[in-house]
Amino acid sequence: MYGWIFRRLPGPLWCRILTSALLIAAAVLLLMQFVFPWLNQFNPLNDSTIGGSSQP
Amino acid sequence: MVRMPEHAGPARSVVRTVVQVAGELLVTAGLVLLLFVVWELWWTNIDADNAQQRAVATFVRDASGPVAPVAAPGPASGDHGAPVVAAEVNTPGTVLGVVYIPRFGKDYNRPLVDGTAPEQLNTLGLGRYESSAMPGAVGNFAIAGHRQTHGAVLDAIHTLVPGDRIYVQTRAGYYTYVFRNNEIVLPTQTDVLLPVPTRPGARPTERFLTMTSCNPRFGSAERIIAYSVMEAWRPASAGPPAAIASLVAATRAKGR
Repeated sequence: MYGWIFRRLPGPLWCRILTSALLIAAAVLLLMQFVFPWLNQFNPLNDSTIGGSSQP
Repeated sequence: MVRMPEHAGPARSVVRTVVQVAGELLVTAGLVLLLFVVWELWWTNIDADNAQQRAVATFVRDASGPVAPVAAPGPASGDHGAPVVAAEVNTPGTVLGVVYIPRFGKDYNRPLVDGTAPEQLNTLGLGRYESSAMPGAVGNFAIAGHRQTHGAVLDAIHTLVPGDRIYVQTRAGYYTYVFRNNEIVLPTQTDVLLPVPTRPGARPTERFLTMTSCNPRFGSAERIIAYSVMEAWRPASAGPPAAIASLVAATRAKGR
């Protein structure tokens, strides 16, 4: 799958390597800024309150 | 080597593609989970530390009074009378003050906010249980903070030694609490938040500070509770206690 994407990227080899690095960076940024903060509410491991049954 | 019969060619290539894509997706999922752990245990601390230091600097900058201790007027030096207790705001997210705990490091200061919902604890660190008393009031002033992640504000809670001072600064002044003991309870044991902790119906005569956090570290099966009792108070006009004066001064200089 990743090989297929890599072969579809335009330009010479160095350009494709650069593009894929940018794509990976964008995916990481998207995860860290938006996906993980949202996912965090379902993490039961960091509730430090007492009687917080309403808080997962 | 397994030799496939000739007629299985196209079908085999489809199976191969499916297996390969599934494998790549599984490897990706594993990497994403690892990245989530990195984000949770490392990045949230950096994020929250920045937000907390900004909140502390703003609060200390706007707080009135000198940043060096001023000798008390009146006959008994150091006696400033009954502590002034701020009115409850009950607006989650409001910064009520700053907490200083020298045992956690000589630079340890964290904002104290109203409310213990994730929105407060995940950014500003120490949250006041809204059902509990205000700092300095007779009864139980109870706060919660993360043991790990989001600033890990109470990571070192188990290192407190009886007699350790915990300083709480509000707009009114500085309250000095003395740590007495801790205990480990189940997350459902809400009586630690009672006006007299774990004593239902008892009338409080002392000013308690109760801190709650996760236990064990990196887990949340239990809660660690640290109890302290108020020892002294200084109005803002008298300046901070000597033990935190230099930190208060440095923080105010940073906020300018």
